[in-house]
Amino acid sequence: MSAPERREAERGMPASAGEPRDGEAPAPDAGPSPASGERRGWDQLTTTPSEQGTLTGGPQDRGRPGASRRRRRGAEELMVPEAEFQSYYGRQVIHTPTWKVPDVPLYLYLGGLAGSSSVIGALADATGRPVLRRTARLAGSIGSIGSVVALIHDLGMPSRFLNMLRVFKVTSPLSVGSWILSPYSAFAGVAAAAEVGGPLLASGRLPRLAPLLPLVGPVGRASGVAAAVLGPPLATYTAVLIADTAVPTWHESYPELPFVFAGSGMAAAGGLGMIAAPVHEAGPARRAAVAGAALELGLSHRMEHRTGLVGEPYKIGRQGRWLKAAKALTAVGAVGAFFAGRSRAVGVASGVALNAGSLLTRFGVFEAGMASARDPKYTVVPQRERLEARRRAEAEAEAAAAAEGQDAGRVGSAA
Amino acid sequence: MSASTDSRPTTGGHRKGFFDTPSPADGTGYDADHPPRMGFFTDTSVCIGCKACEVACKEWNMVPATGEMDLTGTSYDNSSMLGASTWRHVAFVEQPVPQRAPVGLGMPGIGPGPAPAAAPGGGGGCGSGGGCGSGGGASSGGLPPVADMGDFDVLSSLEGTATDPGSLPAPSAGAGEQGPSGSPEGVRWLMASDVCKHCTNAACLDVCPTGALFRTEFGTVVVQDDVCNGCGYCIPACPYGVIGKRESTGRAHKCTLCYDRLGEGMTPACAKACPTESIQFGPVDELRRRADERLAVLQEKGEPKAQLYGHDTEDGVGGDGAFFLLLDDPEVYGLPPDPVVTTRDLPDMWKHAAMAAGTMLGALALSFLGARR
Repeated sequence: MSAPERREAERGMPASAGEPRDGEAPAPDAGPSPASGERRGWDQLTTTPSEQGTLTGGPQDRGRPGASRRRRRGAEELMVPEAEFQSYYGRQVIHTPTWKVPDVPLYLYLGGLAGSSSVIGALADATGRPVLRRTARLAGSIGSIGSVVALIHDLGMPSRFLNMLRVFKVTSPLSVGSWILSPYSAFAGVAAAAEVGGPLLASGRLPRLAPLLPLVGPVGRASGVAAAVLGPPLATYTAVLIADTAVPTWHESYPELPFVFAGSGMAAAGGLGMIAAPVHEAGPARRAAVAGAALELGLSHRMEHRTGLVGEPYKIGRQGRWLKAAKALTAVGAVGAFFAGRSRAVGVASGVALNAGSLLTRFGVFEAGMASARDPKYTVVPQRERLEARRRAEAEAEAAAAAEGQDAGRVGSAA
Repeated sequence: MSASTDSRPTTGGHRKGFFDTPSPADGTGYDADHPPRMGFFTDTSVCIGCKACEVACKEWNMVPATGEMDLTGTSYDNSSMLGASTWRHVAFVEQPVPQRAPVGLGMPGIGPGPAPAAAPGGGGGCGSGGGCGSGGGASSGGLPPVADMGDFDVLSSLEGTATDPGSLPAPSAGAGEQGPSGSPEGVRWLMASDVCKHCTNAACLDVCPTGALFRTEFGTVVVQDDVCNGCGYCIPACPYGVIGKRESTGRAHKCTLCYDRLGEGMTPACAKACPTESIQFGPVDELRRRADERLAVLQEKGEPKAQLYGHDTEDGVGGDGAFFLLLDDPEVYGLPPDPVVTTRDLPDMWKHAAMAAGTMLGALALSFLGARR
């Protein structure tokens, strides 16, 4: 959260008013909500005209600050009927994550790109595709370095990254992730160094190091394989990282999110292979891109529809537009990848589209979670429904038990 | 408050097994004779919204100001929400309620009123129909010393105002007839002092990658400033929105349940400062019993929505070390109605991530298998 946003939140501005970057001015209040009749009068005291639209009432407010904005957006945006719920002055219940943008969404993208690239690199090495191997190894290393830089920037100082390695805690996805990222970065770095160092030593410009030349191939290969083993966990653990929070949209998406991230990472790495490798080497990259795009598109569709109300942030606001664009770019890139066997230009264009799509997916998913944290609706409504359902079930069970008891009593007396 | 005085936690007598429920400190490396689980029971029905708890907490724990003068513009609440520099937060909920018959509160009035044994014309005492301060017959003779010094302009003018029945509405009657909005409704105030819940299954503690958050021998959850590296993971993990990141330190901070004071057998600052015993401190089992009793009393007196919050050991966080008696639904106070510790689903999340990683590896291998070269 940026400093102004934080100040606003601490000053108690309603959550929806704290989104100046949304590019949406607070909508004029679209009249009293149907449920607002019971608190007429009170509204007039607590709400001045200038506040309308950002603050629609007291704590008994059953309509909501964001409601008018959604209403204005038209029927197609209104996927779920407006929920009635109570909140404390429309204020959010959980805290918004303090993770910075673009650090964290960028890290999600780079982790996926690097993790998938390392697998492609190791397989390209095994199947004799030198350009694809070089591209993938460099992408793995640069991606992991970028990830570490993004993480350190988010933490504030480099020494804090070392603190991450104080303990290993399986209950903390960030601890597990640090233990994946650190060795991965080392192996990916060695593999990339072998890629750069091999030609350098062979050129004879460093005669003293020339005896190392025979080692370069095997060391690069072993490191590449090690990075390929750690790559898929690197690409998918980030889904657990954000799902293992109280942020409603992220948490409820946990069954699909790792697959979406895996697909997105494959599409990006495949796309990069198509950009850098010649057509005759890039066949596996094209297939990886198509498979990844299909996985990403299919699972995001399922994720966005299965999650119901808490999936709403995936469809509305600027993150909704980003995700829509991500889907279009991924689909176009996948179609292009399908036909890129004939034309390098199509391959490059598709690769760019796939990477843009992957990047937008990460930013969209990240922002959807942030939006769901800011709005108390996504926290309160599902929890209230769950609670009521449990109470109903308990009451029914009690009634059934009582009826059974009566029956038993009747049977007993009859006997 | 007996629990706070006789609950010197480090002394013997409170042995494991003596209590109804196990402390979350069990099995975390403490000796078997660690003190019982300590916590808060916040009875919001007697909270008067004085914010003494907020101030005492800031003073004792040296918690800095949040920055600016905080005014919400919605109520007397000026701290908005718990956070890195707000470890106690008093919520003010103003609810329109059906009009109730005026009740004489027996409060002293302004002005001469019923001066003892010297109010010859004072017909209106408190609660006697007209309400306080409306003793129309009271004259400048109401208070003999004032009458003696009647040449004081200030005093006589003051008296003039006070004794004019039209200029000062009787407080008790006025509050009943009209809500502050001028509507025919009454208003009731719900005030509640919120705090870290010190969950049995604490998400913040689970997700902390450095071990900066730990479980104390009292079953509470505390952040070690010097170990925290500011990753911020605990902040969205908390289902209650308690822990926050302080900009000045870049680290996470929250209520420690006055860990330093507990170690000395003292009551936490907020509970010590609470003038109405709305915040009660003690062994959690004792507090649970007290909460049940208090709830029964309130329900008998006709508070239909009175409910305990966070006391249920079967709930999504395994019960809270700091729990509440509320007079309305939790969300009215800004509390989540059915919080769940996010790490409850973590094994399943890891399973899905492993399957996704396997899918990725398999799909990539397959895309190379079909290759011609």
